[in-house]
Amino acid sequence: MKYLRADQIEALVRDLCVKAATELPGDVAVALLAASRRESSPLGCEVLGAILRNAELARKNRMPLCQDTGLTYVFLEVGQDLHIDGDIREAVTKGVSRGYTEGYLRKSVVRDPLFCRENTGDNTPPVIHTDVVPGSDLVVTVLPKGTGSENMSAVKMLTPSAGIAGVEDFVLQTVRHGAPNACPPLVVGVGVGGMMDTAALLAKKALLRPVGHSNPDSEIALMERRLLAVINNLGVGPGGFGGSTTALAVHIETYPTHIGALPVAVNLQCHAARRATGILRGSDGP
Amino acid sequence: MSDGFWEGAHRISVPLVDDSALRRLKAGRRVLLSGVVYTARDAAHKRMVEALEQGDELPIDLAGQVIYYAGPCPPAPGQVIGSLGPTTSGRMDAYAPRLCAAGLRGMIGKGQRSTAVVQAIARYGAVYFVTIGGAGALLSQAVRKAQVVAYADLGPEAVHRLEIVDFPALVGIDPLGRDMYDR
Repeated sequence: MKYLRADQIEALVRDLCVKAATELPGDVAVALLAASRRESSPLGCEVLGAILRNAELARKNRMPLCQDTGLTYVFLEVGQDLHIDGDIREAVTKGVSRGYTEGYLRKSVVRDPLFCRENTGDNTPPVIHTDVVPGSDLVVTVLPKGTGSENMSAVKMLTPSAGIAGVEDFVLQTVRHGAPNACPPLVVGVGVGGMMDTAALLAKKALLRPVGHSNPDSEIALMERRLLAVINNLGVGPGGFGGSTTALAVHIETYPTHIGALPVAVNLQCHAARRATGILRGSDGP
Repeated sequence: MSDGFWEGAHRISVPLVDDSALRRLKAGRRVLLSGVVYTARDAAHKRMVEALEQGDELPIDLAGQVIYYAGPCPPAPGQVIGSLGPTTSGRMDAYAPRLCAAGLRGMIGKGQRSTAVVQAIARYGAVYFVTIGGAGALLSQAVRKAQVVAYADLGPEAVHRLEIVDFPALVGIDPLGRDMYDR
């Protein structure tokens, strides 16, 4: 048995919120730079250059890359040998509140989606997904998700006869319709399998994979490359102003499903593909 | 903005009061906007249109004005404003024709507009500018002064008056209703 205190979790979440909002992950910057060398449209090149300069400015001035600092997703991998002293959900929520307040991030959460839509004032509550894993570490990943790309995302309950072609058609249809509004170049997260909620969560988790890493399954990796090539022929381009860079990557994640099901979810992510991860190691005494 | 960026852009003063300059704007053209614009997004649009429908006065006179679809991050100490890029314009499509009828002349945002908005733009000789989504740190550099002028209770969705210099954009839909997204 190892131990962690809730206040350690709060402090880490606070720092990860600020880091995610202000520092573009290195793999995304590398992919944008590579794309700017390949981009066929001069305006597209200039937009990619502006996006990279934006990332430099954000890091230097500790300013959010994008004003939409999102609804905060927090993914927790909790080692099963850990004892946490205090309320873990409360610690994460306080960490988000402090990160958004002390880091001068935009508060973009309304308390009630239907009626009063009043801003909660500190970007809480976050959406928390928890997995229990072997070991005695706590791995925390913060993914701030904006609506520009999220509103263009979609889920479809295909049935088995639709097959791979049906899945690919739905991905392409979603990207073709949504890309101009979703701040391209995109990372396209695709979840296939499970039930409706499984596919949607897989698509979101697909956005956590570093850009440039393929699915370890070679057939899925091939499908990712094929879809990326077709998407980059759509002509949407950087910023939606035309060009050959509409997406930086397609990430597909799968899960077993029912004999009668083929659910597919497409979660679009903008070029400010923000995420930050930190690890807390359990200590020997409380 | 640094040297060589947005080369060949047409310099435009805002608010848009010079009709002849407006008529020369063509969809796809690069522009640099300088002057005064107002931010407004979902909640502020809802309030403004409700006010118009009830015959109430708007908190700002829209004649000739330009609305920037944006909600800023709060400024850190020493900053004029926090990160401030465009939000998706399509969410304001339900309100934009009514505001154009009330005198609004320009909109700045990102993404495509509905047919009804394109028609309203052509009817009132207005213009829709698009800028680079997700580049809020860069675009905030063009803001020299910022002040909340209405709906302060909406927080980031309050109406801010911004003084901007050389704010980069493209003409998305020109006053004749030509749309750069029609390809």
